[in-house]
Formats: sequence, structure tokens, C-alpha cells
Amino acid sequence: MAHASQDSYYIPHGSHWPFVGTIGLFTIMVGASIWLNGADVGPVIFALGFAVLFVMLFGWFGTVIRESESGIYNNDVDRSFRMGMGWFIFSEVMFFGCFFGALFYARGISIPWLGGDSNNFFTNALLWKDFTAIWPSNGPAAIGGAYETMGAWGIPALNTALLLTSGVTLTIAHHAIQAGHRKTLNIFLALTFILGFIFMGFQAYEYIHAYSELNLKLSTGIYGTTFYMLTGFHGLHVTLGAIMLLVVWLRCLRGHFKEDHHFAFEAVAWYWHFVDVVWLFLFIFVYWL
Amino acid sequence: MTDQTAAHDHHGDHHDAPPSNFLDRWVFTTNHKDIGTLYLIFSLVMFFVGGTMALIIRAELFQPGLQFVEPQFFNSMTTVHALVMVFGAVMPAFVGLANWLIPMMVGAPDMALPRMNNWSFWLLVAAFTILVSTLFMPGGAPAGGWTLYPPLVLQTGDAFPFMVFAIHIMGASSIMGSINVIVTIMNMRAPGMTLMKMPMFVWTWLITAYLLIAVMPVLAGAVTMLLTDRYFGTSFFNAAGGGDPVLFQHVFWFFGHPEVYIMILPAFGVVSQIIPTFSRKPLFGYSSMVYATASIAFLSFIVWAHHMFTTGMPIAGQLFFMLATMLIAIPTAVKIFNWLSTMWKGELTFETPMLFSIAFVLLFTIGGFSGLMLAIAPADYQYHDTYFVVAHFHYVLVPGAVFTLMAAAYYWLPKWTGYMYNEKIGKLHFWCSAIFVNVLFFPQHFVGLAGMPRRIPDYPTQFADFNAISSVGAFLFGFSQLLFVAAIWSSVKGKQKATDQVWDGAKGLEWTLPSPAPYHSFNEPPHID
Repeated sequence: MAHASQDSYYIPHGSHWPFVGTIGLFTIMVGASIWLNGADVGPVIFALGFAVLFVMLFGWFGTVIRESESGIYNNDVDRSFRMGMGWFIFSEVMFFGCFFGALFYARGISIPWLGGDSNNFFTNALLWKDFTAIWPSNGPAAIGGAYETMGAWGIPALNTALLLTSGVTLTIAHHAIQAGHRKTLNIFLALTFILGFIFMGFQAYEYIHAYSELNLKLSTGIYGTTFYMLTGFHGLHVTLGAIMLLVVWLRCLRGHFKEDHHFAFEAVAWYWHFVDVVWLFLFIFVYWL
Repeated sequence: MTDQTAAHDHHGDHHDAPPSNFLDRWVFTTNHKDIGTLYLIFSLVMFFVGGTMALIIRAELFQPGLQFVEPQFFNSMTTVHALVMVFGAVMPAFVGLANWLIPMMVGAPDMALPRMNNWSFWLLVAAFTILVSTLFMPGGAPAGGWTLYPPLVLQTGDAFPFMVFAIHIMGASSIMGSINVIVTIMNMRAPGMTLMKMPMFVWTWLITAYLLIAVMPVLAGAVTMLLTDRYFGTSFFNAAGGGDPVLFQHVFWFFGHPEVYIMILPAFGVVSQIIPTFSRKPLFGYSSMVYATASIAFLSFIVWAHHMFTTGMPIAGQLFFMLATMLIAIPTAVKIFNWLSTMWKGELTFETPMLFSIAFVLLFTIGGFSGLMLAIAPADYQYHDTYFVVAHFHYVLVPGAVFTLMAAAYYWLPKWTGYMYNEKIGKLHFWCSAIFVNVLFFPQHFVGLAGMPRRIPDYPTQFADFNAISSVGAFLFGFSQLLFVAAIWSSVKGKQKATDQVWDGAKGLEWTLPSPAPYHSFNEPPHID
């Protein structure tokens, strides 16, 4: 909405960090492409790009943090940041939606149709005669060979409990920052990312177990594909979220943020809750049902 | 640390002069006008790059047989021409207009997130550097069509991962640009500028930005699946593993259909600004325009499979997508009738922006009608993948979206540069474009209905005459665009000073600013009655 205080909206005048970030991303993408095409120099360029990107992240975030702490961001700037973060999370929802869509398509359409459902009687009779549609499946050609699926009530259930608990600790920390209870804030924020890191440890253990004992791999047909792509992208987001929580925690230790001015904390909190909700969908549709 | 220079005491120091240093002005800039200019120049360059590819295609198709290029290279041309025109020319041009105009139209000092604005632009340059470089790679540029359907696209040579990552980067650029547009509109409006007082251009961009944020991540997901299918053994699009190549088409068109409205909604916004100005009447049916735009955006999410009628979808699916698609004709017709009603009994004058806008209304409607024909599932079995489709989407994109970009350039150039463009060159540009675009695309309807497939470098002699006419039109249309550059140049190096209002029927905040507009639009928010 429109606001009277808009004349003091802070407009930065020039910044080299976006351009540095562009060079970083460009180098990463070119390095990754060369790597995938099999050239030895690929990983080197890839790593170099990440180095540039990290320099950018430190520089750009550093600038913004200094500006924020010096008090030049008024409520309108704060609202811009909040809206920006909200829409960014919406874009992430659509990204995960795309992969969930692939899972539902496989379970609801492509596997049944390969089994002869809908108008696909001849697809089954002529191409994949012995295939019966069941989920989970690695397809009529059984790509990847015999495998076992990942049960829901072992580590995944434990991980669900971990993430839900981390949502509670984060909310306690949020109330603490608003009430000015810095000690509670520091403790519960630390608990949150520690729970996040434990989650990641379990997830890594689960992957090793799946690869070495269940013969469940990324290449295990559509089941392995959707299992690893969904949980993998989620794990990547948990990792990023936990790192973001850690950074915010370090800032809290340094005495950053005020009771009514802590956008970075809230942005990371939203992100963490979003990752949490994605996990609940994963638990239900990938592991359980 | 240029970031720091203005970090303190912003009051009383408005930095009205642009930085004199080239790097600070054009590379590190966070100014919405300079970034808008960068976007517009970039898109004009890409328009000529993509146009050159189109002329290579039309040169090869001038007569049957293989004359100039190898079939593989021909297919690369159709593929890269489309990617360049969609993501490099039309979309960035509208983003450039959004950057220039939205802060001026809503009474804001700049875009809400200026540093991210800069990043959006430079990521686009990085993405197209990668994409265009694939032309020189072993195996050639991507040649499977801009829709990137597997399994064909998986046969791309070394260019494959570059193509995927280029699309990732341009997606990131679009998402950030859109977040900026939405936040600017929702948070930076001057007091009194309520939502239903916003200019239509702002409204259409608000809705477009929402569409972009919703679908660009889906495209990113689709190309990620292609990447893992090719390099990491996943089975998304492999039926033997339980996947389905048609899944890609669903995911792609879930992105792709909103994408076509992303390219046309801001165009609707532009003509909704221009037609009232030269009719000297307010826009007819403003609120119905807003609701029609929102309806089109909503419907765009539930029509995607009309691109896939021939994939063997169950009949119920075909019926649903056919009827949902036809529904779009209703809000679109609301718009067409509103523009006509705005002109009705107006004091019309026909300066170049108005000429392009009227041509848009007429020729876009032709593209809309051929779209209705294509929406009819049983008829589509005949039209699918023929030149009829090519004619249809070029009618909505060239005399549709591109004509409004020309109109917008002529309309706002005097505000940007402070000088009028040469009206004679502008009119000549218009008449050449309007005539030759029809010579170029209208015959394609006929060869399409007769069964000529798209994306093929050779064809039976029965199609020769119309193809020759189309190719002649293409070259005449292409070279006419040099007049556009001349007209822009006449404004940049202009002699005749523009007044602040520029056009005597023009209404809106941007016309209250001096011409050229000051470096920062509104340091003090204007008041809107």
C-alpha cells in the first residue's frame, strides 16, 4: 500500500555485487556443462565459479547487513524485503510442485497406462505384455534390477519428528526475539539448526543404506527417479536453510536485530517452515502411501 | 564500495545526475531507467539476431530443395530463433518497458529492489552468451525445436547442458525481475494511487509477473528432468523405466501456455495506454479490462494440453482442454470490444504509436481467430504441427506483441530522450511493417491447411508459390526494421524538443514529469486525486 514515509525509501546507488554474482553463476554453469561433456578442466572451472559466487554472497549480504544495522531501512524497505521473500518462496513451491506433478503422473497415469489402462490396451498387449501396473515400479523393463523400497516408519518417521520439533524450537526463538529474550533466542535458534543438521545426517545415512543394501538408486526406474529427485532437492533446501539459520544465529550472537526489526530472521524462519511442509508431503506421498 | 556512498543521509541529497563513469552508469547501475534502457537495447539486438535466423529459414524455404543450409543447421535455426525471440527479444523488451514506466506510473522513486534489478539484467546477458555460443559447438546448437521434446532433444551434442543451464539462468533472471515488479507495484505506489486507479500497463504487468513466478520454476524443473535423464540415469521420460515422454509435454506446456500470455498481457497494457491518448477519451470499461486480464491469466493455467491433442489423450481430457481454451475467447473479446469502444466517436489522430496499436487490434484478432480454430480438437488433428500453427502464433506474436513494442517505443521515446522522433520515418516504418508482415505470414495459413509440416527445410512443389511469397515478405519485413533503428536514432539525436506532456491527449503520472524524465522519477511522492 501507499505510505507517507516513502520519501525516505532507501535507494542504493550502484553496486558491483550483482555483476560479480553474474560472473560467478556464468562460470559455474559453463564449468558444469564442460564437466558433463567429459572435459577434465570442467570441475576446476565449476569450483572457480563457486568461489566467485561465495565472494559475492559475503560481499552483497555483508553490505546489506551493515546497511540494515545502521538503521537506514525504514518500514517500507522492510515490507519490500518481506514481499520479495514471500514471492521467492512461492516460486520454490512451484518448483517442488513440478516434481510432485511428475510423481503423481507416474503413479496415476504412466504406470497404469503401461499396464493397459485407459485407451492403452495395445500399448500393454504389444509392447509390454507381462507388465502389471503396481506402485512402486521401476518400469516394464525393470530398469536398475530388483530393489527394495524405503519404508516410512524407520528413519523417515524419525526425520519427520526432527523437522516438526525444529519448527517448534524456531517458533520459540521467534517469540523470544520479539520479546527481547536474547538468551532464549540464542539457545532455541541453535537447537533448530542442530536438529536440521541431524536430519541431514540421517538422510545421508538413509541414502547410503539404500544404495548399498536395497539396490535403490537414482537409476532405479521411475521409483528411484522420483524418490531421489524429490528427497534430494528437499535435502538441498534443508542444507541451505540450516546454513541460513546458522548465519542468522551468528548474527544474533553479535547482537544484531531488534524486537521489531529482524527481517533476516523471519525470512529464514518462513523458509524453514516451507521446507518443513514440503517434507510432510514427501513423507506422505513418497515414503508412506 | 559504491554501495556505501549513499548509505547515509539520504534526505536532501537526491543524486539527480547519473554517474559520469561508464562502469558505474551502465554496469553497476541500480537506476530503473538505466536498467530499462539496457533491457531495451539488449532486446533490440536480440530481435535482429533472431531475425537474421528467421531470414536464413525463409531463404532456405524460398523454393523447394536444399539450397543454402544443411537440414541439421536449419533445425538449429528454427530452435534458436524461437528461444532468442521469446526469451531474448519479446520478454526483455517488456521488462525494459516495465522498468522505465512502472515507477513513473505509480509515483515511486525507483524499483523496490534496485540491486536485484541489476542482477536480473546481467543474468540475462550471461544466459544468452551461453545459448548463442552453442551455435559454435561440436554437434551444433540445439535442433529439437524450442519445445525441447524428449527423446529428440536428448540427442543434442555438446550444446545440451549449455542449453539447459542457459534456460535455468534466464529463468532465475525472469523470476527476480517479476518479484521486483510485483513488490514495486504492491509497495511503492504514491498515496492515493489505489489498485483500481493504476494505469492498465501496470495492471497487466502485475498479473504477468505473477504468471512468470508461477511458471518459470516449472520450466526449470522440466529442463532439470531432461538433464538428469540424459546424464544421471533417471527415467522421467523413459517408458521402459515407468516414465513417459508425454510427461515432458505436460510439464513444458504447463509452463508454455501461461508463457504465451506472459508475452501478450503487457502488450494489452501498452495498447490500453495508447488508444485512449489518440482517441482523446478515457479507456472504455477500465474495470472490465482488469477483470478480463485476470481471467485470461487464470484460464491460462488450465488449457495447456490443447498443445497435445494428438498425443493420444483420453477423449474426456481433450474435451476439457478444448472447452477451457475456447473460454479464453470471452475475456479476450471483452478487451477487443473495449478498445473499439474507446475509439468510437473519439477525436482520432493517427500518429505512429496509434497506427501500430490499431494494426495490433486488427491483426491480433486474426491470430486469435486462428487460435480458436486450433482449439477445436478434431480440427487440430489436421492442423497440428503444420504451417497453420506457425502462421497462428506469428500473428499473435509479431503483429501482436512486437507491434505493441514498436508502438510503445514511439509513444514513450520522447519522454525518455526529450526529443520527438521523425514522424515520416515512423509512418514509413509502420506501413512497411504492416503490409509486409501480412505478405510474410498470411500465405502460411494456406500451406498449413494444405498440410505443409513445420520445421522441415524442404517441401513438395505444390507449396512453392506461397512459400516464395512468404519469403519475399520476410526479407522486406526484416529490412524494414532498419527504419525502426533510424526512427529511434532520430529521437536520440533529435532536434525537436518534446513537451512534458508530449501527446495532447496523454494522461497519467509519467506525463507530469519533464521530458527527458529526471534520473530519479519521484523523490517526493505525488498526490493522486
